[in-house]
Formats: sequence, structure tokens, C-alpha cells
Amino acid sequence: MSIFPALSVQSLSVAFAGQDVLKDVSFDLAAGSFCGLIGANGSGKTTLLRSILGFQGKQSGTILLEGVPVAPNRRRIGYVPQKLALDPDMPLRARDFVALGLDGHRLGLPLPSHAKSRAVDEMLAAVEAQDFADQRVGRLSGGQQQRVMIAHALIRRPHLLLLDEPLANLDMRSIAEVVELLRRLAREQKITVLLSAHDMNPLLPAMDRIVYLANGKAASGATADVVRTAVLSKLYGYHIDVIRVHGRVLVVAGEMPPGLAHDPVHVTAIP
Amino acid sequence: MFSSFMVNSWIAASLVAVVAGCIGFFVVVRGATFAAHALPLSAFPGAAAAALLGVNQLAGLAVFAMLGVAGISQLAQRERHEVATALSLVALLGLGTLFLSLTSEYAQGVYALLFGDVLGISGAELPPLAISAAVCIAALLVLFRPLLLTSVSPDLAASGGINASLMEVAFLGILALATAIALPLVGALLVFSLMVGPASAARSLTRKPPVAMALSVVIALLTVWVAVALSYLTNWPVGFFVGSFGTICYVGGRAAARTA
Amino acid sequence: MSILFASGFFADESVRTALVVGGSAAIVSALIGVFTVLRGHAFAGHALADVSSAGGSASFLLGVNPLLGFLGMAVLAAGAMEFLGNRRVRERDLVTGIVLGAGLGLSALFLYFDVTLRNTTGAAVAVMFGSMFAIPASAVPLTLAVALGGLAILGLIYRPLLLSCVDPELAEMRGINVRLIGLLHLLVLSLAVALSAMTVGAILSTALLVGPPAAALKLSARPGRAMCLAAAIGLASTALGILLAYDSFYWTPGHGWPVSFFIVTLVCLAYLLMPRGADRSRRAV
Repeated sequence: MSIFPALSVQSLSVAFAGQDVLKDVSFDLAAGSFCGLIGANGSGKTTLLRSILGFQGKQSGTILLEGVPVAPNRRRIGYVPQKLALDPDMPLRARDFVALGLDGHRLGLPLPSHAKSRAVDEMLAAVEAQDFADQRVGRLSGGQQQRVMIAHALIRRPHLLLLDEPLANLDMRSIAEVVELLRRLAREQKITVLLSAHDMNPLLPAMDRIVYLANGKAASGATADVVRTAVLSKLYGYHIDVIRVHGRVLVVAGEMPPGLAHDPVHVTAIP
Repeated sequence: MFSSFMVNSWIAASLVAVVAGCIGFFVVVRGATFAAHALPLSAFPGAAAAALLGVNQLAGLAVFAMLGVAGISQLAQRERHEVATALSLVALLGLGTLFLSLTSEYAQGVYALLFGDVLGISGAELPPLAISAAVCIAALLVLFRPLLLTSVSPDLAASGGINASLMEVAFLGILALATAIALPLVGALLVFSLMVGPASAARSLTRKPPVAMALSVVIALLTVWVAVALSYLTNWPVGFFVGSFGTICYVGGRAAARTA
Repeated sequence: MSILFASGFFADESVRTALVVGGSAAIVSALIGVFTVLRGHAFAGHALADVSSAGGSASFLLGVNPLLGFLGMAVLAAGAMEFLGNRRVRERDLVTGIVLGAGLGLSALFLYFDVTLRNTTGAAVAVMFGSMFAIPASAVPLTLAVALGGLAILGLIYRPLLLSCVDPELAEMRGINVRLIGLLHLLVLSLAVALSAMTVGAILSTALLVGPPAAALKLSARPGRAMCLAAAIGLASTALGILLAYDSFYWTPGHGWPVSFFIVTLVCLAYLLMPRGADRSRRAV
């Protein structure tokens, strides 16, 4: 195991068309951690993930993967983008899509091989996708497609897995299943996981670290340390209440800046 | 129909069909129908330019098709893809009208280049055609997997280390060469039909990528053979038959997909 | 002045006809073209134009006014595309391509019959690349009627069309029949295509449909302004193109350069030279 953190983001700043999307974001992820990248829509989660992948053009700061800059090491990162808009008629089975995760970058005739089919079968079994492995990718449901994309990303045994809003279009049951699947796979394959979401609650069972984005800035650390009124209020720049109800976390705007109507919540907040 | 002077046509037709079937698979998978239609039209002035300069027609077609690719790629950085394609297309075609008016064979040559000619390819033109066809097919086989992955998701491919824009340029380049090869036989306006029709049927008939490409080739061969035969017998233009069969292929494919 | 306007320019009847017909085609194409580009229907517009060539070819066979031939075929094709159509862009493009292939196949056949049955050898060139100076003066009333009809429909559906381009779901919620608006858009598109097929030809009519709008949208994203600018560019290119084509008869004696070449080149120049507006982002959405 490397002595360096699996992922180290240092002073990352990204701006679009004059607007600062990310301002001086820094955090480290230890190997094997399961980290939720939480923030509202438009808070910069996708930008952050794309920066880690090296897709973002203008950025300042450093991103290190196990102590080494990212670009030459992209193969060590598995990526699951937001839902792909796939043609239902596309001649590509789930199985073929996962196989492309293994050798999609290779030139030359795609010759079938035992080792390859075995690896694909194993991966399909690991994500519990055997039942629909031979269906067209474009005809899979949201949850099914999610599993297949995870298989595609994991088949080359990356060290870091990035997922961009994997839970966004899923129903409640699929969400729970995908989170549990990711937790199990991360443990079995010793992968560091960073996944973005706008609601942290489905991730609470699996997550041991959190990076919370607001106003282009980030607060990172153990969930219990970051998701507190004091920390988030400072991040947002106005009063935030963090409330726990039946094991779930609610992040609620408390006192608004003067001039805006407010409706303070009368529940015991976590200080 | 199988006399010695038609042999060239049969060989040429078969080569054209194999290339069209292979590249057509990717045209349909990548949703590049407009580009497939636009590039032959961009190539078409190249024939007139070649005639004016006394140069090999295939070379003229290929050069102008590549100019079309360059035009689309350059403009696509600033504009929506289809606007880039449209502008590049009309620019080259506008130039083509000028060249055409300067050459002496006006009406007849235009018709053959637009709609195809069974005897469009002479014996002397077969070797360069065969070599170009071999290059296209080889390139597509070698790039099969990266092209397929970038068709599904350029981002996903990029995260795997593939240069998605390079793949797009490679695809367009191969398409341009395929266009130049097929144009004299099928006609600038209907080359794309040979690429899109068979491939759209093939994708409905199978779920496996390599099989889909192979089926695409088989259907394209059948299309072209029947088109050449009927064109020879009726004297009607090859393009008419290719266009009609392309439609039948597509409708057949959709019907098959519905019953599947 | 006489250097610019070669002798007899304004006196020539075919020139006057060309200016009227060409001008109408340019204006209608530019105006509907702005919406076509905004809706992402450039391929459909081009396909419609190409397919209309079958109608143009048939008109020679039947001895009918070519404008009616182009128009009839365009409307048929628009109907076919709408009927077979689809929400998903890729499938819609594929369907467009298939209709295009069928239509062009027919065009090939009709042009073949034109030569063999009617002996009109110049039909292919006329249909595909236009016959600007060969339009008879008697065609002007019908042309103007078609153009004004197109403008009237456009004026009627301007606001719902704009809204359904920008945000189709919002348009539905406001009670706009998006399907009907789409059909009317296709109808005006067919009219524009038929007009410009007469002047610059079926396969080049895209130049008038997409070129000026693309140039205008480079400068300004506001539809109203873009429409005015596009119409101005289209009209200017057409008029100047006609002038240059007429003059070119004197540059290379006895043989003029094609008017469609000049018009298309001017439209492309207008696009390239148009500066990018301050509020226009690097890549148009």
C-alpha cells in the first residue's frame, strides 16, 4: 500500500466565464475510504470530479493520485459518469459494454479470449448483472445501467473510483442497492470511492468521509466532524442548522441575512 | 450482364459495398447521418477540379472530401455540429458549381456524379480503388474498439486514456475516403444511403457489435449487386435503386425490432 | 457606376425577375432559417431541400410550374418525416436520412426520364443548382404569393414558435400545441425551400437557409435581431450575387459564372467576417 493518500487535492480553483466555481479546494482521501462529495446542484461537484480526471481546462492547484500527478495515471481511476443517453437500438450488449472497460482502448482486431470472457463474467456477477448481461445497454433501466457502468469502471481494478451523481435518477430501492453494492465492492477490491450526490442521507451507512461543497469552497473530514451547524454555517456564510431526525440528517437554512423572510426551525440542533 | 466489360463494375461494386457496410456501422452508431450525406457532396466538386487539372478523379474526390472533414472539424469548435456540417457543405458545393461551369462536360458528367453510373469505374481505376478500400477496412478493424467506446461515451473513453477528438477525426477521415471510393458508382447524393440503410437494418437484427458490422456488409453487398443488375437491365440510375433499397432496409429493420 | 453595373443590368427583364424571386427566397429562408437553426433542424431543412428536387424533376415531366413541383414534394417529405419521426435526435436524423435517400432516388429516376422521355438534358443542373436567370417573368406573381404566405404564417406563429424553440416543455404548459407549431414550422420551411430551390438550386438552398442565420446568430443571440440581420445578409448576398453573375458575363466573354456560386460564396464570407458578439459564448449551445 502506498504511503501517500489515495487522492490529494491541493488548492484547486476553477473558474468559468468569469465565475469562480471552485475556490481553493483542498482535501485528502486515505486509501480505502468511502467519501461522499455532497453539495447542492450547481455547487461544483461535477467540475471537481472532472478536474480530478484532468478534463477541466483552466484550473490552478495540484491533484495527486498516490503522490503522483494524475495525467499519466488515468488508468488508475475508474469513472462512472452521469446517466448516458443511449440509443435503445444500439447493437451493444451489457456484456460487450463491460468488455470495453477492459480493452476499449486497445487497437487491433477484437479477438475473443477465455481470460477476457472470464473477467467479464466475474465482474457481471460482482455487480449482480448476470440476468440482463445479454440485453442491449440502451434498453436497461436506470438501476441496471448503473450496475453495468460500475462494472465497466471496475474491471481494470482501478485504485480510485469516481462516480458522478450515480443516485440521481434512481428510485429509493435502487439507491439503497447501489450504495450497498458500492460499499461491498470497495471493501472487497480495496478501492477508494468518491461519489457525488446532493443528498447525503442514502450514503450515511457507507460513507466514512465527506467533502461538502458550498459557495465554491469545501469542508472535508469525518462525517460527524463536518456535518455540524458551526462548520456548515461558516461554509455557506449564513446560519445553517444541522438536524438529526431518526438517524437522518437535515441541513436547513436557519437565520437568513437581513432583508430575506425567514422561518426559524424550532428543533434542537447539533452545535 | 456478366460480360467482360461489366466485370469491373461487379468487382468495384463489391469493394464499395464492403467499405460502405463497415463504415456504415459506425455512421449509424455515432449518429453521423448528416456528415455521411454532406461529405460526398463536398467531394463532388473534386471530380470537376480533377477534370480541370487533368488529375486522377479518385484523388480529386479524396482531397475535397478531406477538405470537407477539415471544414466540419474547424467549424464544429465554434458552432453546433449540424450548422458546421451545413456550412462546410455549401461552401465546397458552391465552389463546385464554379468548377462545373468551367469544364466542358457539363450536363452528362454532373448527372453521373450525382446519381451514379454502373460503368462509372474503369479497369484502370480498380487498383487504386482496391488499395483505398483495403486501407479503409484495415483502419476500421484496427480502431474498432476505441471507435466503439467513443461512440457510446466520449467522456468514458477519455477516462480510459483514449483521445476522443482524435477518434472523431480518424472516423471522419475514413468516412471521407470511403465516400471518394463509392461516389463514382453510386453517386454523390446516394452514397450515404448505402452506408446508412444496411447498417440500420443490421443493428436491429443483432445485439453484438462485430456481428452487426458483418451483417451490415452482407446487406450492403446484396443491395449493391441487385442495384447494379437492375440498373444494367433497365438503364435506370443506380442511385434510384440504392435509395429505394436503403429505405426498405430501414423499414425492415424497424419492423424486425418491433417484433423482437 | 457603369463599371459596377454592367450595361443593361436594370433593363434586363430576367435580371429584374431574378432580383424579385431571389430576394423573396432569401428573406423567407433567412427568417425561418433562424428558427430552424435554433431548433437544431438544419439537417431536416437540408434534407427537405434535396428531396424537393424530386418534385422539381417531376415538374419537367409533367409540364408543371417547377415551383409547384418543389413545393409539393417538400410538403410530402415534411409530412413523411413528421409521421415517421421521433423525439430522440439520433433516430430522427436517421429517419431524415432515410426519407432523403428515398426522395433522391426518385429524383434520380425522374431526371433520367426527363432526359429519355422529354429530352431536357439540362434538367439535372437546373434542378440541383438553380436556374436564376431562366425564371420567366410570369412566375413572379406565384412566387410573391408563396413568399407572402410564408411570411404571414411566420408572423402568426412567431411567439409560440419562439417559445417552443427555447423551451418546449414550458410551451406545452402554456397551452401551445407544440406538435401543430412544429408542423407549421415545417410548412414554412417547405415554402422557403421551394423558393430557394428555384434560385440557387435544391442542394444549395441550405446556403440561404442556414448561412445567414448562422452569421446573424454569431453576433446576436436575440431572435428578433438575428432575424432582421439574417434577412439583410441573405438579401444583400442574393442581390450582389446576381449583379456579379451578370457582370461576369463580360469578364470571361460569352460565358458567365454561375449565380449560385456568387451567392453561396458571399453568404459564407458574411459568416466568416461576422464578428462574434460580446455576449456570445465560445460555443453556441
